[in-house]
Amino acid sequence: MTKLHVSTTINGEPAEFLCEPYDTMLDALRGPLGLTGSKEGCASGDCGACSITLDDRLVCSCLMLAAEAEGHELRTIEGMAHGDKLHPLQQKFLEMAALQCGICTSGMLVASDALLQKNPRPSEEEVRFWLAGNLCRCTGYDKIVRAVLETATDMREQGIREFRQ
Amino acid sequence: MTDIQYLSPRTLDEAISAFAAAGSAARIMAGGTDLLVQMRSGAVRPGLIVDIKKIAEMTTIEETAEGGFRVGAAVPGAVLAEHPRFGKVWPGVLEAVNLIGSTQVQGRASAGGNLCNGSPAGDSVPAMIAAGAVVTLQGPNGRREMPVENVPAGPGRTNLLPGEILVSFTLPPRPKGASDAYLRMIPRTEMDIAVVGVGVSLTLKDGVCTTARVGLGAVAPTVLLVEAAAKALIGSKLDDAALNAAASACSAACRPIDDKRGTIAYRTKVAGVLLKRTAAIAAQRAAGGN
Repeated sequence: MTKLHVSTTINGEPAEFLCEPYDTMLDALRGPLGLTGSKEGCASGDCGACSITLDDRLVCSCLMLAAEAEGHELRTIEGMAHGDKLHPLQQKFLEMAALQCGICTSGMLVASDALLQKNPRPSEEEVRFWLAGNLCRCTGYDKIVRAVLETATDMREQGIREFRQ
Repeated sequence: MTDIQYLSPRTLDEAISAFAAAGSAARIMAGGTDLLVQMRSGAVRPGLIVDIKKIAEMTTIEETAEGGFRVGAAVPGAVLAEHPRFGKVWPGVLEAVNLIGSTQVQGRASAGGNLCNGSPAGDSVPAMIAAGAVVTLQGPNGRREMPVENVPAGPGRTNLLPGEILVSFTLPPRPKGASDAYLRMIPRTEMDIAVVGVGVSLTLKDGVCTTARVGLGAVAPTVLLVEAAAKALIGSKLDDAALNAAASACSAACRPIDDKRGTIAYRTKVAGVLLKRTAAIAAQRAAGGN
């Protein structure tokens, strides 16, 4: 079977890869593209550990075929920091210990970033609803929710609307 | 999974000829949130996947000349929610579509996929039935229309003919004083599958219910249109007697399964309870109270 050739944009850079027609985007990210920050938790769209954005829309990369990336723009956890400078969400997660084992963390960060881009002033309830598709078995969620709320406040106070490469 | 082919045609004609030629081995993919899970578990092994998201008609929302809406089958829930008018006119349909899965799933999952997946518990289906939505189907023999309630044939099965694709939903124009609502019962607050789902659409004129439609999900092999419940509401002021009669009609329509989510007795009783609650919300919205 001939592999499909896909041309796409990942974290602002042009990217090309080969995939099988049945490969998921998560397979392509973690395989040929070597971007292993996105994790496979459930492979059925329940846990959110593989969260990425597709044309700025939050999706599970395990529920997307790799072939669908053709001509679209993807963002992954690898595009979140500027070199050594962490995104305010990443920095806050560290400061507030909003992670333990780390498996859910990249998905939590990508999803939280998508929320703050859409809604810079979310309520606690809005954060909890938005992140309902990101499962964490360590923290009990409270530290994560508080870190997102504090980051939102910081970013508003510092006038940061976008933090992107 | 070998010998699988992926196509993403830009026209409906291309999609239909490829889909029809591949026969029963082909699957249509809208958001893929059911299909990819089924492929992963080995439940389906399609020889051909036809991705319909590059077909403009299937990914757009239009207001019709008469004041209704035409919603492409592959429009994701998140996109429907961002439409400036849709949720104001059809709040019940929107809340039902938006109950399907997480934020991530909403970025992809569509009402078309929800209907064609054929689950008796699909959240958007009772609301679409209550709304009186009609689907446009296109196949090798041309186009036809079908009321949403006629689409499901049983768990995982639809009445679409071989090679037919669900193109769009058409929702009728709304008179003044009309609104709708959808409620589902689940054992937790979010991220679960309906034990019972009820959609109600109604029109109030001077406090009297002049039209009503009731869709009932997760209590039978297919989502049901409950005409007896609607009849009990029409002509009434939605007083207790009318609501009790409509609730009994919903319970009487139930032919549920007994499973870990809910027993037969529980689902049957809750169908009636939810009818009353859903009708109350729809009536409040129809009276202008949102």
